[in-house]
Amino acid sequence: MNRRISADALRLAIPALSLTVLLAAVFWLQPRAMSYVGLNLLFNLAVPIALATIAQMLIMSVNDLDLSMGTFVSFVACVTATFLRDAPLVGVLILAGAVAVYSVLGVVIYLRNLPSIVVTLGMSFVWAGLAVLLLPSPGGQAPDWARALMTVKPPLVPMAIVASIAIAIVAHLVVMRSSLGVLIRGVGGNQRSVERAGWSVVATRAAAYGLAGIFAVLAGIALVGLTTSADANIALRYTLLSIAGVILGGGEFIGGRVSPVGAVIGALTLTLAGSFLSFLRISPDWQIGAQGAILIVVLALRLLLRRVEIREKGR
Amino acid sequence: MTIRKMLLASVAVACAAMPMTAFADTSGKKIALSNNYAGNSWRQAMLTSWDKVTGEAVKTGVVAAADPFTTAENQATEQAAQIQNMILQGYDAIVLNAASPTALNGAIKEACDAGITVVSFDGIVTEPCAWRIAVDFKEMGRSQVEYLSKKVPEGGNLLEIRGLAGVFVDDEISAGIHEGVKQFPQFKVAGSVHGDWAQDVAQKAVAGILPSLPEVVGVVTQGGDGYGAAQAIAAAKRPMPVIVMGNREDELKWWKEQKDANGYETMSVSIAPGVSTLAFWVAQQILDGKEVKKDLVVPFLRIDQDNLEQNLANTQAGGVANVEYSQEDALKVIEAAK
Repeated sequence: MNRRISADALRLAIPALSLTVLLAAVFWLQPRAMSYVGLNLLFNLAVPIALATIAQMLIMSVNDLDLSMGTFVSFVACVTATFLRDAPLVGVLILAGAVAVYSVLGVVIYLRNLPSIVVTLGMSFVWAGLAVLLLPSPGGQAPDWARALMTVKPPLVPMAIVASIAIAIVAHLVVMRSSLGVLIRGVGGNQRSVERAGWSVVATRAAAYGLAGIFAVLAGIALVGLTTSADANIALRYTLLSIAGVILGGGEFIGGRVSPVGAVIGALTLTLAGSFLSFLRISPDWQIGAQGAILIVVLALRLLLRRVEIREKGR
Repeated sequence: MTIRKMLLASVAVACAAMPMTAFADTSGKKIALSNNYAGNSWRQAMLTSWDKVTGEAVKTGVVAAADPFTTAENQATEQAAQIQNMILQGYDAIVLNAASPTALNGAIKEACDAGITVVSFDGIVTEPCAWRIAVDFKEMGRSQVEYLSKKVPEGGNLLEIRGLAGVFVDDEISAGIHEGVKQFPQFKVAGSVHGDWAQDVAQKAVAGILPSLPEVVGVVTQGGDGYGAAQAIAAAKRPMPVIVMGNREDELKWWKEQKDANGYETMSVSIAPGVSTLAFWVAQQILDGKEVKKDLVVPFLRIDQDNLEQNLANTQAGGVANVEYSQEDALKVIEAAK
């Protein structure tokens, strides 16, 4: 029992450590960032990414992968900048419908035994198409409340940090502390034993996908709150960023092993890595490679750690 | 008496110094270029022009720095983060070619709030606090028909080559061409194909539609498609109409060959990638304290019969004819907007 906790703590230690090292490097390169305004500018675009990462994490905790995350967040952004502002009731209904579609997807993937990658890849075209239908040319306007929420200036600690901590706490409570969270991770770890224990796998998967849909909707709203208006292609990068964030934060592709706090830290690390490379004045041709290198270094550290873990267990 | 003289003298000195002090000195100012994409010859030329002109400006002390940044992927969220990083880096002005006209507005607002001058060009942004150097694509289309009306006063059938379907630029240029046809009713668009701004696509499309067309006196284009059209028409052994070119190197080279062989006459029009340097000078002028209207229009780069050789010599193989703008050009554009 004792060892299990230490292993989990270690799992979280690596992402936390990489974030700290990066942050120190950024502060050293650009002392201006070491301020209320600076921290907010560094991290405010990480808030929607963190929400999308939590959504992806929920899908990954039932051993699936969502390749439509980027287009779905873009679609939500378009709904937010149009319907949610002009006709809030219709907007809420559309978003609720979208979350319901996510739940249904989770069920269909399970019942028909379909590969989630294929289904969500297909859905990504559906979401992209709907987004283009809603906003054929970039435009729309963020609802005032979303804009106010994302530009609020709380005392002492900037919005981006407060929001990241709040997201981490809420996701931690839902995934690690609630019985639903245990079930979701159980389905990812060992579906049959959950089934034999008398739980409904269908309902659990529907709930996991539905929750992911809710977090993705929040990501879209947060993004529009930051950008003030939408574009049908606004969040295409989020698909890969969210997957990388989960893995960077100590999650695994299979086995229901995920860490919500780690996922948020992973999203922050990815955002910071971009700024770090930009402050270093690395040429854009090398930037993608450098971003990849940072990912590989962190993952290599984890692999090393796992070896230590296994050796400890063997003893 | 002497006191009065001294007072007068000091007033005179103050008056003489006034125009100097009205303008801020920009030698300590830092300007950044935020670019979303570098993957084609136009954008490469744009970045080269920027380096050339701003490098000179930094050397002579007009500004302290003019650093170009390009995002690794052509994504609005990434460019928004890039702009926010520039705010942290303490730039006084940001010149940008935007990935999206709207998705960067939040980051641009942050920059404006931090007292930074934001000038967008080519890919412009809608945020009201930023300046826009826009391209009048409609006029680019209309001017082609106007040229043809002088070249072929009796009129006739036109073949229109359009760009990539569904793209804003394609709609705008085409609308301009049809406006031009309305203005000069002796012309009629007899057929229209999509050339996707690529010579090979244009060649295939024109070859496909030619047999169904009556005699064509002019071909109106969008750039990057004139050479392909010429190849298709030559292959069909039809009389060569006036093909309006789009400043690409292969188009100009073909035009030169024809001009030398049989005195072929046409014109060529497009936007010079050096517009980035125009944006740089506009930003510098704003930092200098000059009143500049928020919406400016880029002049086209037009090549005619007499300056063909000169432009062709300055164009790289496989590239686009380019022109770099100077501070005086920027002042002219600013004046024209008033």
